[in-house]
Amino acid sequence: MTAPAYRHAVPEEATTMTTSTTSPARRTAARAGRRVLLALGLPVLLVVLWWIASANSTNYYFPPLSTILDWFRQLWLGNKFGSDVVPSLIRLFAGFAISVVLGVAAGVALGLTDALRRGAEPVLEFVRAIPPTVLVPVIAIFAGIGDSSKILVIVSGCVWPILLNTAEGVRAADEVMVDTCRSFGIRGFARLRHMVLPAAGPQIAAGLRQALSIGLILMVIGEMFAATNGLGFSIVQFQRTFAIPQMWSGIILLGVIGFVLSVVFNLVEKRALGWYQGQRESQKRNG
Amino acid sequence: MEDTITTEPMVRVTRLKKVYESSGRRVEAIGDVTFSVARGEFACIVGPSGAGKTTLLKCLAGLLQPTSGTVELEGTPVTGPPPGMAVVFQEYGRSLFPWKTVQQNIDLPLRQKGLPRPERERLTAEALTAVGLADVSRAYPWQLSGGMQQRVAIARAVAYEPHVLLMDEPFAAVDAQTRAELEDLVRSLWKTLGITTLFVTHDIDEAVYLGERVLVLSASPTHILEDVPVGLPVDRDQVTTRSTAGFAELRARVHRGIQDAKAGRQSTAQSIVGTAQ
Repeated sequence: MTAPAYRHAVPEEATTMTTSTTSPARRTAARAGRRVLLALGLPVLLVVLWWIASANSTNYYFPPLSTILDWFRQLWLGNKFGSDVVPSLIRLFAGFAISVVLGVAAGVALGLTDALRRGAEPVLEFVRAIPPTVLVPVIAIFAGIGDSSKILVIVSGCVWPILLNTAEGVRAADEVMVDTCRSFGIRGFARLRHMVLPAAGPQIAAGLRQALSIGLILMVIGEMFAATNGLGFSIVQFQRTFAIPQMWSGIILLGVIGFVLSVVFNLVEKRALGWYQGQRESQKRNG
Repeated sequence: MEDTITTEPMVRVTRLKKVYESSGRRVEAIGDVTFSVARGEFACIVGPSGAGKTTLLKCLAGLLQPTSGTVELEGTPVTGPPPGMAVVFQEYGRSLFPWKTVQQNIDLPLRQKGLPRPERERLTAEALTAVGLADVSRAYPWQLSGGMQQRVAIARAVAYEPHVLLMDEPFAAVDAQTRAELEDLVRSLWKTLGITTLFVTHDIDEAVYLGERVLVLSASPTHILEDVPVGLPVDRDQVTTRSTAGFAELRARVHRGIQDAKAGRQSTAQSIVGTAQ
């Protein structure tokens, strides 16, 4: 409880310098309100424009937004939610989770062992340079068309940014912090848990963020090839059957999923790396 | 047996030499350093910048392997960081873990020592009280001022209950007033806890004000130019102590040593025994 109270110590000192009379709480609320307005303004404007521009559209490829949203409700909030959306999301999360475990574990090993990193780097750069999408048909050959194949596709693309960022973050550990651990006998697993991993946290988070967007793309692409359900499968089905409004509704859903994932990611990151944000802000204040 | 224990110095450095070699370049950082520090002593090591002070301290702390020579802590050769030593680094911002609260920062080394929880809590609370930070135990280091952060680092070292406390220019990055406060804090901790303290600094006034003894280092390759006993009273005060004739005399003497070191001359004052008041 004392920590949050103390957090205000520096800003309060700063406010006494100004002649501002509004309370800090009210100003934070006002600032938050303005931020929400700014964030929502453009999307709302675009939707309204789309709605108006497409209202009387007779163009086969660009149906009215109202029609698309009607299909959106019928399909994705209807029985396709359970049959396609949920399986897709499960694949995405499974693939992402496996990538996190593999990527962080291998990244820590590479980051801590210089020889290992130098030996593995050329191979890693090569494997990473292969667009994961080209592996989709290859993986389908040996892993079949089931869930495990789709998950493997996601892992094949997600693991690299996590691995390389973790390795880089671990390797860049501060020399003074390393000495501090050594002199206080903090070694082995404790060192990993209390120093190496948290210190690499911001960089690992950057890798996770990249991996998440790659994962979403690969989820869709994996399902566009030999699949029997899922979002990618559905969108391709609609496209092949010239169900254009339905196809557009699927694309909108993908956008929404991507957006929600990014918001959730930001929230988790803010909680887990709050110290990093705070430290950077205090460094900025003190010049 | 008792004899060896009582006369045994806390730290003994014998013919320490450190040479850095990298891609054909050979830099002799420490030439030949020999000294020992008695149990409970407060010794300051002062030298011009580039005198290999940090290299010397890292060798003492077991963080660097000397090229030749030995460091002994209570008669045992130091080959890695010994459990009986704690280090306070100059860069407090990089030495404290920003993802841990003040209390967690102090607790972690104690946990590594395998101390039971109540013991850890007691040591942490006592150390924080000793440095005057009992009320910020749940804050994060970056929420504190630089001086307070260095107090946390000192508390962490003190809670570790070291036999020897090593401090590497700990106040070089804080403002003058904070620096004076921290100097008095370190003095009073030394008086109350009796921890053998080795304090590295480039500041002559600081060395004389804090130490019971000042070791003056030469420029690199380092050796010890002078070993100056500081005869100032145990109770010191920023204003009165610093304005005494004894202080000025010691200050001048160390200063001259450093100047000689910079000029590369061997000090001639080596034989003079400091008897300051």
